[in-house]
Amino acid sequence: MDAANYLYLSALLFTIGAVGVVVRRNAIVVFMCVELMLNAANLAFVTFSRINGDLNGQVIAFFTMVVAACEVVVGLAIIVTIYRSRRSASVDDASLLKR
Amino acid sequence: MINLAISVGQTQTPEAFLFWFLAPLTVAAALGMLLVKKAVHSAILMASVMINLAIFYIAQDALFLGIVQIVVYTGAVMMLFLFILMLVGVDSSDSLTETIAGLRPIAITAAVGFGGLLVSLIGRASIGRDAVGLESANAGGNVKELAKLLFSTYVWPFEVVSALLITAALGAMVLAHHQRIQLRPTQRQLSTERFRGSSLANAAGLPGPGVFARHNAVDVPALLPDGTPAANSINATLEARGDMLNSGVFELGKVDTSAGEEA
Amino acid sequence: MTTSTSLVYLIALPLFGATVLLLAGRRADKWGHILGTAMSASAFAVGVYQLTQMLGRTNESRPVTQKLFEWISVGSFNVDAGLMLDQLSICFVLLITGVGTLIHIYSISYMSHDHDRRRFFAYLNLFIAAMLLLVLGNSYLNLYVGWEGVGLASYLLIGFWNQKPAYATASKKAFVMNRIGDMGLSFAIMIAFATLGTVSFDGVKAASEHASTAALTAIGIMLLVAATGKSAQFPLQAWLGDAMAGPTPVSALIHAATMVTAGVYLITRSNFIFDAAPTAQLLVVIVGAITLLFGALIGTAKDDIKKALAASTMSQIGYMILGAGLGPVGYAFAIMHLLTHGFFKAGMFLGAGSVMHGMNDEVNMRKYGALRKYMPITFATFGLGYLAILGVPPFAGFYSKDKIIETAFNAGGNKGIILGIVTLLGAGITAFYMTRVMILTFTGKSRWDDEVHPHESPLLMWLPMAILAVGSVTSGFLLSNGDALVNWLAPLFAEHGEHAERLQPMVVSLLALAVVAVGIAIAFFKYSRQEVLAIAPENVSVFTKIARQDLMQDKFNEAVFMRPGQLLTSALVKTDEAVIDGAVRGVGQMALGSGSVLRGIQTGFVRSYAALILVGAALLIAAIWMVTQ
Repeated sequence: MDAANYLYLSALLFTIGAVGVVVRRNAIVVFMCVELMLNAANLAFVTFSRINGDLNGQVIAFFTMVVAACEVVVGLAIIVTIYRSRRSASVDDASLLKR
Repeated sequence: MINLAISVGQTQTPEAFLFWFLAPLTVAAALGMLLVKKAVHSAILMASVMINLAIFYIAQDALFLGIVQIVVYTGAVMMLFLFILMLVGVDSSDSLTETIAGLRPIAITAAVGFGGLLVSLIGRASIGRDAVGLESANAGGNVKELAKLLFSTYVWPFEVVSALLITAALGAMVLAHHQRIQLRPTQRQLSTERFRGSSLANAAGLPGPGVFARHNAVDVPALLPDGTPAANSINATLEARGDMLNSGVFELGKVDTSAGEEA
Repeated sequence: MTTSTSLVYLIALPLFGATVLLLAGRRADKWGHILGTAMSASAFAVGVYQLTQMLGRTNESRPVTQKLFEWISVGSFNVDAGLMLDQLSICFVLLITGVGTLIHIYSISYMSHDHDRRRFFAYLNLFIAAMLLLVLGNSYLNLYVGWEGVGLASYLLIGFWNQKPAYATASKKAFVMNRIGDMGLSFAIMIAFATLGTVSFDGVKAASEHASTAALTAIGIMLLVAATGKSAQFPLQAWLGDAMAGPTPVSALIHAATMVTAGVYLITRSNFIFDAAPTAQLLVVIVGAITLLFGALIGTAKDDIKKALAASTMSQIGYMILGAGLGPVGYAFAIMHLLTHGFFKAGMFLGAGSVMHGMNDEVNMRKYGALRKYMPITFATFGLGYLAILGVPPFAGFYSKDKIIETAFNAGGNKGIILGIVTLLGAGITAFYMTRVMILTFTGKSRWDDEVHPHESPLLMWLPMAILAVGSVTSGFLLSNGDALVNWLAPLFAEHGEHAERLQPMVVSLLALAVVAVGIAIAFFKYSRQEVLAIAPENVSVFTKIARQDLMQDKFNEAVFMRPGQLLTSALVKTDEAVIDGAVRGVGQMALGSGSVLRGIQTGFVRSYAALILVGAALLIAAIWMVTQ
């Protein structure tokens, strides 16, 4: 089987994640969509590793996971903080930059 | 399952079978994440996508990453998501109706263009290239070989990432730490506030839901003496979910009261 | 060249005084005048110390320098903030600090009733510091700092009583007219840097030997413009009369003895430029000649005693400028006249202050008269100054002014004859108006009002006057005895060949004395034999009227510079509004318009920004797609 199929899948998942970030209003769902995009990228890295026959791609994917974990921790803390002050998890409510 | 995935990955046809079976499921789950209304459902679908990806990793000779994906991502990170979902609760942000005019068409057009071009580019780049495969790279075992790389070539980034993790943990603690800027009100203060306030409407507590003697379920707003439904007698979450019945039908005069007399 | 570490104290001491007095505020009211005087006196002491050191050395090693710090270092342009004390500077240092200290002492008493006396002393100290920086700077740029500093101090002191609008206007006028001269100085510095590549005195002197005459002429003319501004020379002379609005000690120190002579210092200091640029030198002579007559003529018609003295100052500085313009032979005589003038004119101004002090600040000489009896000491000191300015032997002016007249006659050719006659005529007119001042003030019948009770001034006031009077008597003899000053300054100036003497010194002196005698006689007959009116008569000749209006200098400035200037500015303002502001507003409108269009994008919603990022990413991918085809 052609390893490029994984890449197509990765591109598709990435696009879906991107759309999700734009269309969903619940901050947690938006965040999950970001995670989906990161996972799609990881899939691509793992596939690249296989195509090229060395493990560097897997190492990068590993680092991505660690960074993503950090991001989740901080991101969720921000969501909790915003929720605490605004009583809402909607990203549209946090639009003070305009006013 | 793992052994199956490994053995599938090493043969051509079974891998193709696995891929064509799981890939549509993955895409469907991802799309479902976008389309379902409730965040909890999205999280479950996300978890399923992650598990599918873990299988794909293992199928591509990335055993370590596959395990990490399941243990760390699906196990820890997604549970964290669920936990926060519980904390935040349900509100109107779950609604799927678009409030910003024109955003959705723009997003979908851009995404279709983006995805299409990306696929086209991948196709152009990978045509005529055969995968080398990781048999030689994984000769000493996937975990061992990865560890070799991590602790030699990538040891510096590895250490930096540890610093990042600590910083993130501290940052989360700082962000989530809630400092009271005023004293917690005492029972006496609360009581005073309740009775000396501008209105005595809430002095006796919020009205309970249900319509007395007619309907006592928690999803029905109580009726005020003038016959209007009391909105604050219903739990806000029920209201947000839309699980609220109309109490108007129980209003005095609208309900047929003759039935009891018949008997 | 010798270096010294104590030069900086000359400037630092008075500057310290000014800083303390200005910062301490009212707290220093009790002791401010003492500190100010002490600072000035200690600067004088440092000056005397430097003089004794200098006397102990040979001619070549007399100049001392002190580098303070590296000021500007840009590429090939290096200026150090450095001080240089040579034979010329020391004359000025002693004059400034010596006369300055006397005037400080005088002011203690003169200003004792002014509740702002501390501020006055702060400004005086500031002036002393700036003036010392002016004469001690080792480059044109350092001189420029002092030059601006004395301009500032002059402005502050002329407008010291700025609660009177007229005085505030006078200070503004002085400042603005000085700006024109300052611009000349800055142009001179720029030209010097552009053509010679250096602005230090030594550097310019060395470079001027190879520089083109045109460049040197340009520098010289610009320096002359600077000198005319600061020294109230034609055509920038109009501010000096109004500057008399300041307290009288200021007029004595700044507008008679020191600051107004800065132009003479500048020209003398730049002797190497003027020697190599004959055109500029000729212009210097012409300016000096015009001003000495101009000032003298104004002096004949002024009834305000201070303004008469101011006109006289203008005229006497004209003598100095003329002397400095005569080249190497004249520099020393210009400086000598400057020093003697510093004594007798400061003395006379202090005398005028003393008279005003006794006459309830009345300045109109027509309301004086017969003060000799009431103010004997003032009369004596003023009289000695009077004799000195007239050039009566053996008083100071005789040695210095006659030397300039003599040098003018010996300049050669028609130039010599014209200059000689002009200087002689000036001496005659000087005799006339100074005699007029003497007669109107001290003799004849009293014309003052009943409520005025003239009295002699206290010790602190007449003591400085007496010391200055001694200077008026002796300084000329001391400086010219055995050509002391000429030999002292000789190393600084170019050698000059002996001119064929057209007139013997004795002849010149006799001529001058004769002219002076005629001037005195006319004044005597006009003012002593006839009744002097307490109110200036109106039915006078048109010449008197013109002279009373300062020879129309203000009207001239108004018609030639101010009106067209106003027209030009209003036209420029309109252009500015229509064209430049229009363009600026147009740009603003454009930015506003595009902003309000683009503002639609800035919804404040994170999701719309994310959508834009997505669109951007799609476009990026599209670009990559196109490129990699």
